[in-house]
Parts: sequence; C-alpha cells; structure tokens
Amino acid sequence: MAETINEVKFSDAAMAEIQRYISHYPEGRHKSALLPILHIAQAEFGGWVSPEVMDKVAEILDIQPIEVYEVATFYTMFNLKPVGKHVLEVCRTGPCCLRGADELINTLKRKLNIEEGETSADGMFTLKPVECLASCGTGPMLQVRELFYENIDSEERVDEFLAMMRQKEHETPVWAQQS
Amino acid sequence: MGLKILTEHINVPGIETLEVYRKHGGYKSVEKALKTMSPEEVVEEVKTSGLRGRGGAGFPAGMKWSFLAKPEGVPRYLVCNADESEPGTFKDRWYMEKNPHGLIEGMITSSYALGANTSYIYIRGELMFILRILEKAIAEAYAAGLLGKNIMGSGYDLDLHVAPGGGAYICGEETALLESLEGKRGNPRNKPPFPAVKGLFQSPTVVNNVETISSVPWIVNNGGAEYAKVGIGRSTGTKLISASGNINNPGVYEIELGVPVEEFIYSDEYCGGIWKGRQLKAVVPGGSSVPILPANLILKTAAGEDRLMTYESLSDGGFVTGSMMGSGAFIVFDEAQCIVRNTWNYSRFYHHESCGQCSPCREGTGWMEKVLHRIEHGHGHQQDIDLLVSVAKQIEGNTICPLGDAAAWPVAAAIRHFRDEFEWHIKHPKEATAPGAVYRGQLDAVTA
Ligand SMILES: Cc1cc2nc3c(=O)[nH]c(=O)nc-3n(C[C@H](O)[C@H](O)[C@H](O)COP(=O)(O)O)c2cc1C
Ligand code: SF4
Ligand code: FES
Repeated sequence: MAETINEVKFSDAAMAEIQRYISHYPEGRHKSALLPILHIAQAEFGGWVSPEVMDKVAEILDIQPIEVYEVATFYTMFNLKPVGKHVLEVCRTGPCCLRGADELINTLKRKLNIEEGETSADGMFTLKPVECLASCGTGPMLQVRELFYENIDSEERVDEFLAMMRQKEHETPVWAQQS
Repeated sequence: MGLKILTEHINVPGIETLEVYRKHGGYKSVEKALKTMSPEEVVEEVKTSGLRGRGGAGFPAGMKWSFLAKPEGVPRYLVCNADESEPGTFKDRWYMEKNPHGLIEGMITSSYALGANTSYIYIRGELMFILRILEKAIAEAYAAGLLGKNIMGSGYDLDLHVAPGGGAYICGEETALLESLEGKRGNPRNKPPFPAVKGLFQSPTVVNNVETISSVPWIVNNGGAEYAKVGIGRSTGTKLISASGNINNPGVYEIELGVPVEEFIYSDEYCGGIWKGRQLKAVVPGGSSVPILPANLILKTAAGEDRLMTYESLSDGGFVTGSMMGSGAFIVFDEAQCIVRNTWNYSRFYHHESCGQCSPCREGTGWMEKVLHRIEHGHGHQQDIDLLVSVAKQIEGNTICPLGDAAAWPVAAAIRHFRDEFEWHIKHPKEATAPGAVYRGQLDAVTA
C-alpha cells in the first residue's frame, strides 16, 4: 500500500514504529502518539518537519492538520525549516555557563562563521542553542540527534569535535536498523 | 559513606541487564508486594517511610497515593515524571541510564499499590537515548513475566510504556505533562480537578518523579519504618543530589538527608571543594527555581547553625535568609562568577519556557529578561532594580501554575542578597561590561 501525499512516504520501518507507539494507548486515544510520530518524521525527512510531512502525520492519526501544527510549533525539538546535516544543539543555560558554555557558543559561531539559528555555508552545521539538557555536571555540552557530546571546554576540544562531525554519518535510529 | 538505597549496585558492570540486576536482589519487591501484600499495605509502608516527592515540591508520596480516587470501573494510571528539565538537575537521567531496572521495578510495585494496569514513563524528548535503554529493559522484563498478564502468577496485570516529550520545560509540571502525554501542547490545566481525580484521559492519575518511584522497592523490601530511620526529622531517607558548577567533582551523589552543606561542598567524597583554588561565592541549592544564597548563608543559617542538606534546614529563614531543597540540583558559584549575568540567563530561560497562558507570567518573564539584559549589557537605570522587584511581586501567586513563581523567586533572591552587585553594574557600565569583570564587594564582606 502506498502511503503518499505530495510524495511524503514513510519507510516500512518507520510505519511499523508508528504503529507500535499507537498501540501503547487505549482505544480512541491514539492522538497520544503524536509527539513520538513527529520525532520519527523528523528523523525520516532530513531533520525537520515540513507542512507536507505534518499533513501526512495528521492523515496517519486521523486528526486535523491544525492539531499537528499547533503541537509541532509548541515544542522546541521540532525544526520547522530546513537544517544543516548536523544540528548542534548547544546548552546555553546557567549551570553550563559556569563551566564555559558562552565560550563554546562563541567559538562555534566564529569557526563556522554563523550566528545562532543559521546554517554554515557548506550545509554541514546548524547552530541551535537550547536550554538545559540534564547534563550540567559534564558541561559545556551539546547534543546532535540522539547523542550527547560533553565537556567541550577548550578550543582544541571544539576542533576535535568539528573534525569528527565532518566525517560522521547519522546513526540509524534503532527502529530503522535491520535485525 | 552513608547508606545507599538507590545506588548500592549502580557501578556493578552489567547492572542494566535483567540477569545482573536480579543477581543483586532486583525485583524482590515485586515478588514480595504482589504475593504477600495487599495494595493498601504497600501504600501504608510508603506512608510510614515519610518518603517525600523528589521532583521538587517534596509532597509526601504515601499521602498523595492515598488521595487517588477509586471509582468503580474506571482505569487508574501511574505516570512517572522523567521530564527532568529544571536547570541544574541531571540525577534522573543519570539514574535511568545506569540502572533502568531500578525504575521499572519501582513502577511495577507502585502501580500495584495504586491499582493501575497501564503505566507510562514520560521522558523529555532530548533523552531519546535513555528511552532506548528503558525500552530494552522493559522488553527484558516482559520476557521474564515481570510485566504483562498475571505477573509472577499473582493475577496482577501491568503494561508499561515510555513516551517521549518534544522539548518544553513546562511539561515537567504535572498537568502540562498529562496534556503532552495526550498529544497536545503542554499548557498546564486549571486545578481543581486535580490529577488524583481527573488526570490522564480524564481518569484518576498519580504523577511521581523517577527518584520517588525508584525509592519504593527498598521501602517494600525493608519496611517503611526502616526507611524513616534514615535522615533527620521529616527529611527521611536518601536523596540524589546533582552537583554542578565550579566544583572539583561535579556529578550525582546519593546522600543520607542531613549531611552538612559544608561537608557536601568541601569533602572529597562529594563535590571536592571549589575548583581552581578559588573561593565560594554562592549556591543555588535546589535547581534554578529556588533562591540563590551567598556563601555565608548557605553554610550557616541566620541563627549561626550549620546548614544541613534537609528540606527543613535548606528552607530555614524562609525566603529572607533561606532557600529550598527543590529537585536537589546543587549549583555552585565561585568568586569569578557574575550574579547579574546568571540572573539574566535564568530569566531568559523562564521567558523562553513560559507557555504563555497567563499574562503575568508571559509578560512578566519577558519584561524581567529585558531589564536584566540591559543591566548586564551596561544600559541599566538605577530604578531598574526596584522595577525588577515589583515585576517579580506581580507575577508571584497570580498564575495558573508555579512556573511564574519559579521565574520570580530567583530574581527577587539575587537582588535581595546581591543588590550591591546590581548597583555596581548600573553605576559602572564600562567596568562591568569589560571581559571577565566581576564585582568583588560581596565576597570581601563574606571573607572579612
Ligand atoms: C514548571 C515546573 C516544572 C517541573 N518539572 C519537573 C520535572 O522535570 N520532574 C519532576 O519530577 N517534577 C517536575 N515538576 C513537579 C511536578 O509538577 C510534580 O510535582 C512532580 O512530578 C510530582 O512528583 P513527586 O511528588 O514524586 O515529586 C515541575 C513543576 C513545575 C511547576
Ligand atoms: S504560569 Fe506561565 S507557564 Fe504556568 S500556565 Fe501560566 S503562563 Fe503557562
Ligand atoms: S545547564 Fe547545560 S545541561 Fe544543564
């Protein structure tokens, strides 16, 4: 069965994962699966959710598109515009700042030649400052997709990190791995 | 070394697997509760233990459980709050990552006590890697007959699922969390009705923090009275403290409630003292929402007694000279840190995270951020300090949920204890905005 609207098509693995989440909720409460599905959609379609993708999510859950838009715009993890290959979600909150988060953000800006919210010219990195990621003991730190990168507290550590990321492909989410 | 209730086996290699976890006594509380105790008896033990909610408010868990409505034919839910977004707090993430079965065991035993047959762990979306760890452990528990139908032949059924959020601090507030779990925006609900009557899917619901729930197995195994022997007064048991900031050993520590603050900061068993040989300037002892205290007041109460790591001692002196235990996020500032900058940073956080439903919170947090930004950046006016105090007052108590208070308190406390530092910023904008500049007056007053 082809699941398409405007060419938006979830892979079979993604559809299976979506069904798994829907099954966690009582009859008639399947809307509860909306946030997990938006995460799956973002992982499937290049790290952001377009209006077409949101419409597709609404169709799968049999809810109004506005119900998806209002949720996707409320939660900061969902990117509503195209992003670079790696979105650097850098913690900018107080406890990390005590250990050098401001310096980390400034160093990234300088090295990538971008401001907050922008994507580097080569399309590799988007800089997205975020609030406390529950890793304050190992700050300054940042997140890319599902992983944390901690104690990035010097220019050398930033260089190492960026060099590593330039070589790196995204991990495949567990649900998309062939078992 | 104090008693370890939550972390005794946390560094055992492989403890995240069912096999190793069981080898170290794991899931005993499930067997004991389901086979030899009634749900009411489990609730009684938790009441006797004096265990208080570890999410921030410190409400007695057993009492909360006994308020749960039990109408015939209506399902009840237990929802674990693993949203952990209060700045400074990372204990739940650390615990779930290392010891997922500890939480799952607590969920089974607690769900049984509450008569819930479906339970959820709501985890902040950024912690997807922890969600994977929990789901793996849950699959092991299902395969071993510890979840699902007729657990251990007891006739009790339980399904347990993990649900991710999407990045919103407000979803840690329990009614916002329930909205989010229903696939909606995280707008806190008006109360009443309370979740104990109408919670998830309009059914009676208990929401508890990860650490609260994970403490239940020990209480069931050893008895509530045994738990109540640990700690001091109404601060019973142990607490996970997330220690961060300018200390030598940041990390999560399980302490018996009652350890002196001074020992916690300077002992090598815990924070290991202030880094870089510097001096202590201030501490936020319970997460970004609680009042900051200068060095002299965090070490000793206004009456000159040693301040202890208990709910009562940390709040001794009220908001004039005390603070709060909160979520147990202990944030330490050395002498080189700027209180104005930090206060601006926190106010930006609350403005960013306000859900926008109530105007005092939506407008007030924005206003405070703006005024603090201009003070920090050398454009403040002398009246700004009183303006901040007055905005904070107007937010406090005038909102649907406590985020408004949480935004107002840190600003009010920073001004209360560090007013001279704010004044210096306004009077000397050039000096104050020079790179690395810090006001030293307060510290001299402390060390003199
Ligand atoms: C803005 C706000 C954020 C909160 N964040 C959390 C959180 O991340 N984790 C948590 O356990 N409780 C949080 N709480 C407290 C919850 O509303 C609730 O009191 C708690 O989950 C109850 O569990 P406990 O009694 O076991 O502590 C928050 C409250 C507010 C007002
Ligand atoms: S106090 Fe703030 S966060 Fe809470 S409901 Fe009102 S606007 Fe939303
Ligand atoms: S402040 Fe950065 S992870 Fe908490």
